[in-house]
Amino acid sequence: MLNGVFEWEKPLIELEKKIEELRRFTKEEGIDFSAEIATLESRAENLRHDIYSRLTPWQKVMIARHPRRPTCLDYIELIFDDFFELHGDRTIRDDPAMVGGIALLEGRPVTVIGPQKGKDTKDNIARNFGLPHPEGYRKALRLMRQAEKFRRPIISLIDVVGAYPGIEAEQRGQGVVIAENIRQMSFLKVPIICVVTGEGGSGGALAIGVGDRILMLENAWYSVCSPEMCAQILWKDTKKAEEAAESLCLTAQDLLAWKVIDEIIPEPPGGAHRNHETVAMTLKEALLRHLQELEAQGADELVAKRIDRYRQIGVVW
Amino acid sequence: MLSVFWGKQKYVTIKPREPSSGPVADGLWTRCPSCSSLLYTKELTKNLSVCDRCSHHFRMSAWDRVLHLLDADSFQEIDQDLEGGNPLGFSGYEQKLAKSREKTGLTEACLTGEGRLSGHQLVFGAIDFGFIGGTMGTVVGEKVCRAFEYALTKRLPVVMVSAGGGGARMHEGILSLMQMAKTSQAVERHSQAGLLYICVLTDPTMGGIYASFASLADIILAEPQALIGFAGPRVVEETIRQKLPSGFQRAEFALNNGMVDAIIERKELRKVLARLLLYHDRGGRQLC
Ligand SMILES: [Zn+2]
Repeated sequence: MLNGVFEWEKPLIELEKKIEELRRFTKEEGIDFSAEIATLESRAENLRHDIYSRLTPWQKVMIARHPRRPTCLDYIELIFDDFFELHGDRTIRDDPAMVGGIALLEGRPVTVIGPQKGKDTKDNIARNFGLPHPEGYRKALRLMRQAEKFRRPIISLIDVVGAYPGIEAEQRGQGVVIAENIRQMSFLKVPIICVVTGEGGSGGALAIGVGDRILMLENAWYSVCSPEMCAQILWKDTKKAEEAAESLCLTAQDLLAWKVIDEIIPEPPGGAHRNHETVAMTLKEALLRHLQELEAQGADELVAKRIDRYRQIGVVW
Repeated sequence: MLSVFWGKQKYVTIKPREPSSGPVADGLWTRCPSCSSLLYTKELTKNLSVCDRCSHHFRMSAWDRVLHLLDADSFQEIDQDLEGGNPLGFSGYEQKLAKSREKTGLTEACLTGEGRLSGHQLVFGAIDFGFIGGTMGTVVGEKVCRAFEYALTKRLPVVMVSAGGGGARMHEGILSLMQMAKTSQAVERHSQAGLLYICVLTDPTMGGIYASFASLADIILAEPQALIGFAGPRVVEETIRQKLPSGFQRAEFALNNGMVDAIIERKELRKVLARLLLYHDRGGRQLC
């Protein structure tokens, strides 16, 4: 990838640049290029369809990891009217790899949580590349319990390759915290909508991923672990990650077929990084629609249906 | 033990233990991986697969756990016919399943059933490391779930002996991951009925199994030196790019960090479980 452009989309990006140039020329020089532009536009459209309609699972993983892909805080900024961030797990510290707080969705208070990746190298180091420690998950759980108390719906924006594998993380019970989150989320008496916006890796994603609706962006991936980890564990070779991505069936389309997710949120051609605004608005519409459905249900019905949903996964194969 | 993390630290690289295929199958003599003593296999088996020189706890098969912990002839297996396929079409998975079935005599990595332990009626489950590393796919998830549901219907306590080297089973992708949610929910429903669940963490209990039903017991016991954790030691080592402290992710480390209630030697395990079951006996009668 060079300047945020993938190898496979290079011809298209170059064509788009040419069209842009001709437009500028038309404007600045007053020469009419409309016929040329129209020809190029239709060629670009074909190319766009050609390239983006048959992305491989590995290409999707790459798009999900694009450095300019919207992060949790980007979505919060674009979707909600207001956001007040809440910090800390009340036990050890505030984990910057996980953010959360109260936001207004079309005027109504909701609790939003999600792992936060950095915008650049410096930010990424501060945010530990969006890999939460146990205290991050504990903070998320604290905010979710708070949401239940005040009957606020919960929106979980998931973009995490996995829970952080470090010495302190293990000391502070990464496994125990994940289990506890999964258990408690399962029985919360408020609507929970989870959205896999980028990466969804292992228990680190599921620890904030149990809900009544699971949505997934078109180019996001979600699986038992990252393709690299799978390749490492099964074949002792991280270079086989591409092969692992194929084998793991980790795309949104695969997961919809398994009924693990409920809906795919379309992205602009090429990926969410190419237009933050568009994908955020599409997601907002879906959130409002699902929330309306969920809020029509009583709390007990909500929990019963949630439990039943997971109970059915993998029953008969 | 804590001094390992404070002050002068001594770092060693953790060598993942060689998977012992159970000392029984290895002929007349078995070498202890910990102290290198050559042990007479028959004696080792009689000694519950614990080295009598250094007390290294060898891995035990699920059926050996049943034989060791439950009253003779009391165990009735449930869901023994539950067999999975290859939902993702993961290459080589069928062969792996077939090989594991042949090797262990089990249909899947988890054995569940009803039995008695020192007279206490209970639901018992054990994970077998010999079956694809004791990993949890859809069938293991389903069996664990059904075991807790069965216990809930019959109002019985549950004792699980966990050993899942890799946690969730890679070959079933997202479906494996979802078993973490499914089993956690089954544990909680059993718990909400006021019923007891004890989990014994044995070597190794990692990843998705540790981060779901194995961590959610009322009482968590561990065998000495068992590897317990979320991320595998090699992954941690590669991430932080430094040597791991000695004893990292062993049962003693988990105990010191507050993640398990007690470490119990195998020869004491049956007695301890009986005692704990007695404390939670539903009759509520006066003890001693
Ligand atoms: Zn020994």
